Amino acid sequence: MSKLKYALFTGCTAKQSTPEQYLSTMALAEKLDIQLVELTEASCCGASHLQDYDDFLSLVLNARNIAYAEKHELTMVTICNTCQLNTAMTKHRLDNDAELKARVNQKLGEVGLEYKGTSNIIHFLYAIIDDIGLDKIKEMVVRPLSQFNIAPFYGCHNIRPSELQNESHKTPENPYNPTSLDDLIIACGGKNVDYEEKNKCCGFHAELQAPKTAAILTGNAIAGAMDGNADWMVTPCPLCHLKLDTQTQHASEAIGRDVSLPVLHMQQMVGLALGCSQKELGLKHHLVNVDFM
Amino acid sequence: MSTHTITTQKVNFKVFRFNSVQDYLPYYENYNMDVNSEEVILDILDRIKWDHDGSFSYRRSCRHGICGTCAIKVNGRVTLACKQSMTSMIELFGTDLLIEPLSIKRSIKDMIIDKADFWEKHEAIHPYLISDVEEHPEHEHLVSPKEAEELNEADLCIQCGACHYACPVVEINEDFFGPAAFAKAYRFEADVRDDAHTTRLNELHEEKQGLWDCVKCFECQEVCPKDVNPIEKITKLHNMLFTQGVVTSNIATRHAVGFKHSIAKNGVLDEGGLVLYSELAGIVKHVPVAAKMFIKGKIVPPWAITKSDNLDEIKKLVESSSTAKF
Repeated sequence: MSKLKYALFTGCTAKQSTPEQYLSTMALAEKLDIQLVELTEASCCGASHLQDYDDFLSLVLNARNIAYAEKHELTMVTICNTCQLNTAMTKHRLDNDAELKARVNQKLGEVGLEYKGTSNIIHFLYAIIDDIGLDKIKEMVVRPLSQFNIAPFYGCHNIRPSELQNESHKTPENPYNPTSLDDLIIACGGKNVDYEEKNKCCGFHAELQAPKTAAILTGNAIAGAMDGNADWMVTPCPLCHLKLDTQTQHASEAIGRDVSLPVLHMQQMVGLALGCSQKELGLKHHLVNVDFM
Repeated sequence: MSTHTITTQKVNFKVFRFNSVQDYLPYYENYNMDVNSEEVILDILDRIKWDHDGSFSYRRSCRHGICGTCAIKVNGRVTLACKQSMTSMIELFGTDLLIEPLSIKRSIKDMIIDKADFWEKHEAIHPYLISDVEEHPEHEHLVSPKEAEELNEADLCIQCGACHYACPVVEINEDFFGPAAFAKAYRFEADVRDDAHTTRLNELHEEKQGLWDCVKCFECQEVCPKDVNPIEKITKLHNMLFTQGVVTSNIATRHAVGFKHSIAKNGVLDEGGLVLYSELAGIVKHVPVAAKMFIKGKIVPPWAITKSDNLDEIKKLVESSSTAKF
């Protein structure tokens, strides 16, 4: 089998507020013998907020990002649920609306680019499951996470809208009963915690606009994991991570209960099981200390 | 001769029971039933009432997915009982199914809830055409097919409440209008015959009702049995606030616009700069967390941000492709 190769869209967060996510992505890719071609030309996806202001501009910018993956003739891998949503949504809309696609391409043509629709866009979590496979991960585990109860936190933009999300990967995910992250925890030797909030919203996108609402959602999520006896949480989304890891004080105040758990990125969890070092995985960059290793 | 065969399997239903007049607390009753592949959830509700307990209560009427009265939750998923086949539910969730009302805290009796909050919010957005129609017009007010297309999807809403009670913000913030009311507001805002535009939009823009409080979880789109896609309509209302000049400067509008400025400058986002642009003086409340993040190496100062390569392309595209002004 030839070496797996993807175009990596890091998104903005991995290069700023979650440096550990970038580090662990690279460390895990090396362990899994995946070649990542970083799309250094890519812009921000708009995070579904630019979309509130200027929908067409957000389409043009996202189509430009995809066009660079297409130039490499590679599948685009995202490592942020919201990047995944906005990029996949752009692809879906352009691939199903020739007139819109032509309008966008007219703009891209001004800078010598074209959106064709030839590259798939997939979140790293699903790329691992589809292209590496859970069995292979299981075989590669050198440090099974068997002593841990791990609470999966899926993040909205990887599972909803399911019709869109399920276009990108092979095994359909049920947004009301998602299993991919649970399966990955089990493959890493851990015990998956089942709790009501695992497929719910963390509140990130209203953190500034509706801080109380956002803090309650964060608090409920961590509380649910704690009540399920979780030792720590794991998420494929850096925005969920930011909310769950850095906002514990606001969350605790909002729900009137002290809540706090270490939260790992999906890449860090798999990296740990596969023998990456703590330094490679950037474990020192967390606000809630990751001291269980 | 048809080759279609009907199969049967055993399903355990754990059903929410509560009578607000006589019960102190709700409880769950288990019913083990043989379910055949032709049945929908409403058939099960009927059989519980007819065969097991005549006091079991739920709303139903048209049986054709039109009246919107029979929406309930199955394993947390809101669904129209009359349209959802048992086969699809078993495929999604297996043979242990949890049957609950749309909102437990609003339950009056079993599946029947008090939907007053839903209707109050529906009423509040003026869900009708506001137009100074002449008593004796000289000709029809023609709407082109393209113009009608803009509101067709939103017009399909049957007010079942599925999205409203699936919305996590409605659950927390009682002032929040909710996805159904917003989608209905859009339906009239997008209607070329409606003259209320800025009046209705101004009301929606007020922070208390929370057009900007949507957390973008997509629960409403996922759950809608009529593909109204409420979150897309919320986004379109946001866009309208800008295009129709209704928008005023607040934290939410600055946040949306801030992305464009940041992208035009760096290609990527300047996270700290965006929070400052959105919050203005309110930034001070973020200082304690930001300080902790800084110590952990999670804050990159504006001068150290790695800008996108080929930034001139991005600048050109922001210049040429912008469609909104603020």
